[in-house]
Formats: sequence, C-alpha cells, structure tokens
Amino acid sequence: MGEHLLTSKLKGERLELAAGGSWTASHAKELESLVDGVTGDAVKAKTMSIDMARVEELDTFGAWLLERLTRQWQASGREAVIVGLPEHDFGLLEEMQTVNRSPIAAPARDNPIVSALVSVGRASAGFGRDLINFADMLGAVGIAGVRVLTRPSEFRFTSMVHQLDRVAWQAVPIILLITFLIGGIIAQQGIFHFRKFGAELYAVDLVGILILREIGVLIVAIMVAGRSGSSYTAELGSMKMREEIDALRTMGFDPIEVLVLPRILVLIIALPVLTFIGSMAALYGGGLVAWLYGGMSPDIYISRLMEAISLTHFQVGMIKAPFMGLVIGIVACAEGLQVKGSAESLGLKTTASVVKSIFLVIVLDGMFAIFFASIGM
Amino acid sequence: MTDNTVIKVRDLVVGFGDQNVLDHLSLDVRGAEILGVVGASGAGKSVLLRTIIGLLPKRHGTIEVLGVNLDEANETERRALERRWGVLFQQGALFSSLTVRQNVQFPMRENLNLSPRLLDEMALAKLEMVGLTPKDADKLPSELSGGMTKRVALARALALDPEIVFLDEPTSGLDPISAGDFDELIRTLQQTLEITVFMVTHDLESLYTACDRVAVIADGIVVAEGPILTMLESEHPWVKTYFQGKRGGMLADRQIERMT
Repeated sequence: MGEHLLTSKLKGERLELAAGGSWTASHAKELESLVDGVTGDAVKAKTMSIDMARVEELDTFGAWLLERLTRQWQASGREAVIVGLPEHDFGLLEEMQTVNRSPIAAPARDNPIVSALVSVGRASAGFGRDLINFADMLGAVGIAGVRVLTRPSEFRFTSMVHQLDRVAWQAVPIILLITFLIGGIIAQQGIFHFRKFGAELYAVDLVGILILREIGVLIVAIMVAGRSGSSYTAELGSMKMREEIDALRTMGFDPIEVLVLPRILVLIIALPVLTFIGSMAALYGGGLVAWLYGGMSPDIYISRLMEAISLTHFQVGMIKAPFMGLVIGIVACAEGLQVKGSAESLGLKTTASVVKSIFLVIVLDGMFAIFFASIGM
Repeated sequence: MTDNTVIKVRDLVVGFGDQNVLDHLSLDVRGAEILGVVGASGAGKSVLLRTIIGLLPKRHGTIEVLGVNLDEANETERRALERRWGVLFQQGALFSSLTVRQNVQFPMRENLNLSPRLLDEMALAKLEMVGLTPKDADKLPSELSGGMTKRVALARALALDPEIVFLDEPTSGLDPISAGDFDELIRTLQQTLEITVFMVTHDLESLYTACDRVAVIADGIVVAEGPILTMLESEHPWVKTYFQGKRGGMLADRQIERMT
C-alpha cells in the first residue's frame, strides 16, 4: 500500500513520476511523505514530468499535494510538467494553484521564562482589575438602590419574588440536609474526643457555639455561592452573549437596576433566613447524634445548650449573613457581565465567580472574627 | 451508482407530538446537482434536512444516502458515511472557543492522520477557496461578520472533501450582494469539486442563480419538482404565489427573457 501512489524513474536529466490510485484525503499522509521524498533523491534531474493518467480519484488534498510538489520543484528553477490529467480535474488544480501563495507566518514561540513572567504579570494585573470591578459593581448597585428608593414604584417586585423562590425557597431542602449532617458530624467528633477526658457535656458547647457563630453561616454561604452565584453568572453571561443586555440598554433600562439589583437584594434577604434554618437544622442534628451516639437525653442536651450559648453567639452569626449575601451577589453579577462571546468564556467566568465568592466569603468571615473579638462580642 | 441518485427518500413521515410535519414524502437527489428545497416557513424543509442527516428520528419510510440505507447501517458504516457529507447549519454553528483555522481543521484532525504542516496548508487552502484570507484564520468566531461566519462554516463543511453538502439557508441574514456572491461561490465550488448540494433556502435569487433543480415542500409532501421553468408552469397555489408573486414575478420575467 502506498508504493503505487507515486513511482519515480530517473532518465538522464529527466525525472519521470507516475502517479496512480486514489489521491484523496484518506491517503494524504502517505502521499505527503512520497511527495516530500521526491525532491530529496533527484538532485541531478533538471526536468520533471508527472503522469496523472492512472489516478483514479483526485480531491483537494491530492490536488494540493500535487501542486506542492510542482511548486517545490519550480522553486529551484527547474521545469515541471503535469501530463495525463483528466479534463474534469483541471478546475480543481487551477483552484489549488491560487491558494497558499502568501507564506504562512509561523506562530512566534515565546521564551518560556518571559511567558511565565508575562502570565504572573497578567494575573497580578487581573487581580487589581477584579478589585476595581468589584468596587465598580458595588457602586453601581448602590446608585441603582438609591434611585429605586426615590422611585419605589419602579422597583421590579415580581422579578424579586421569582428570584426569592429560586434562591431561598428551593434551596431549603438541600440546606436542611447538609447542615443537619454537619451538625451531627461535629457532635459525634466532639463526643468521641471529649469522652477521653470525661468531658462529653462540653461537646454541646462545641456544637452550639461553633454552629451559631461560624459553621452555620459559612456552610450556607458556600452552598449559596455554588448554587445561586453560579446560576447568576451563567444567566447574566448568556444574556450578554445573546445581546439581551444591550437590548435592555437601548430601550432605556439600566441593566444594573433591572437585572442585578433584584438579584443581589434577594441574596441579602435569603442568606440570613437560610442561615437561621441551617443553624437550627445543625443543632437538631447535633442533638440527635448526642442522644443516639452519646447517650445524652434531649432534656440534658437542651439545658446544657441553654447554659453554653447566649444571644450574642446567635447575633454574631446572623449579622454576618447579609454581608456574605452581598459579596456573593456582587461577585456573581460582576463576573456574569464580563462574559465575552465564546462558550469557553462563559465557563471560565462561572468558575471564577464561584471560586472568588467562596474565597471572599471566608476572608470576610475572618475579618468579622477580628472585629467581633475586638468589640468583645 | 448506476442510476446516479445519491439521496433517495421514500415515504418519509416525521412528526412532533400528534402532528406530522412530513407526511409520506418522497424525494430524489441526483449526483453532482444543486437541489434547492423551498417551502413556506414551518413547511418542514429544515426538518427534512435534519432527518436525512440523522438529527431527527423518523416515524416511517426509508432514507438512502450514497447507496447506504440509514436504518440498516451499523455504527461504523454510519460514521464512514458521515465523513462523506458536510453540513452548513443556519447559524454557522462554529465552535466558539476555537479559532477559524482550528474550526476548519477540526474534522481533518479527528478523521485523518495529517502532519501539522499539511493541516495548516489544507485549512488555509479551504479558507481561500471560500474567499477568506489567511489573515482571518486566527480570528475567533465571535469576531466574524455574518457573511464570514457562513463562509467559515462552508469551509468546515468542505474540510473532508465531502461528496454531498447540506446547506441550511446559506444566504439568510446576508445582504443581497453577499448573498449573490455566496450563491456564486457555491456554484463554483460545486463545479470544481463535483459535489452534490442539498440546499434549503428562502432566497428566490439563489433558486435562479445557483440551483439545477428545485423541490417545493407543502402539506408535508413534495408538490413540485424540477428545473425552475417547471416551477413557473406549476398550478399548485403556493408554488404559483411564490414564483409568480410580487417578488418572484420580476425574477421570473427576467429568466424567461433570458431563455427566449
């Protein structure tokens, strides 16, 4: 296979090539190596003739390789003739003679060190840009909020109720399940380790304080970032791709006011509610594990819990929740509005949205911890 | 193939819900011709195209493409058959994360084992054949105009040197001049590459300038079939309105003048 596609014979100063078989896409690889081989072994030859009479099929791949062969030959100032080409293939060869005339610019290969430095530089600049975008979106949402306050009748109440249903109500089952399990796990670990010191009762303190202050709100915020933040980004991003946002703008609507503000407000409302529900589910899960695994009756669990926790712990958790909602909403919407035309960019921005909002939620939680510690809460 | 029929559709029924869009439709497409399929919006032109290329399930009937019955073909035969046709979708359907060059190279890269140099040369050759320049090769689909998108999509449909090309409204959304150029391009490519073209269209101009034969779909069947002059003589009400109406009439007069 392959040999009959192109055979060469040297007659004095004339190289005679005879082509045959199918000069088509499926044989393109063999043809290419045969064609490249020709110029190598025939240094003495002055002229070349290619007999195409026995070629059964010719397509653009074959025609191009034939053209490449003659071009290479002619480039060194020697003569090349094609004989026996069927008449109906003339058009195809003529077409091929016009293409690839301009040299292909080889893509410049960068120095790996330079390109590494470039990517570091780009990433740092990107980080700065992200901060600016974040502040920009926060400002725009603030302005839109003030504008809506002066004309409350223009606020999109229906849109907000619809979003509230999706973000808060439909999230309740999964939030209940996850926080219930987390509460149970914390209680089990606490009891298991505190038992060594005979201090099982303190596991209840652990569960109560940890859940109300930190875990409840963090778990809920991370889940909402993954669940609703990503869907905000994907929604706004695909609206951007299909020019829906441009359409809104040309009709005299502010996309921030119509699309972004209701979504962010919904998150600010939903997060405290979900945090409350989640914390209660986690305390319930902890109590159940304490009873079944630790042998602590519900009465003891509840009275111990009442001693261990105070309103302050509850307040600390709940105060953080709306701010986390704000951060998630701002990041998700800002990323969504930066989506460019391609499907890949939509995917990248959705990933970025979730990663950044989870990161910011944890940073914010750390800052709140410092703040509450210094005011003694 | 002795009878020179490359696509043979017999008794085809395709429907959604309790409604049949195509109702016992039969159609032949001959080798190396450009067949224009027309019909009112919603008549089932695109449905026919999508059924032939296997994107929609059919309820009844047989489809034979290049002598292969699509129902009897196994997975390998089908794959082999799919390599022998190219499809241009209405919106281009270019892969948005790949550049123009990569879009055209995609079918070659997946189906043929070519050297990078030949891949590049072939992609650029195809792009030049559809009237684009090597400068456009590294653009992303989102940076292209409507006409360029269609051209790139055509280059991708032609990537493997198919025997049949399916075009779904190739000139829709183009200005009349670009549409005319595109018709001419399809005509030239069809002649140089000796391919069969199955073209769904709305564009009367395309029917006159590019197509060898026209098939009109109405009420779920082919109501008229033949060269453009046959269409002008047809008595079917829709065909009459379409070809003899305000927009069609002018072109028809011109065509008859040219013929006599």
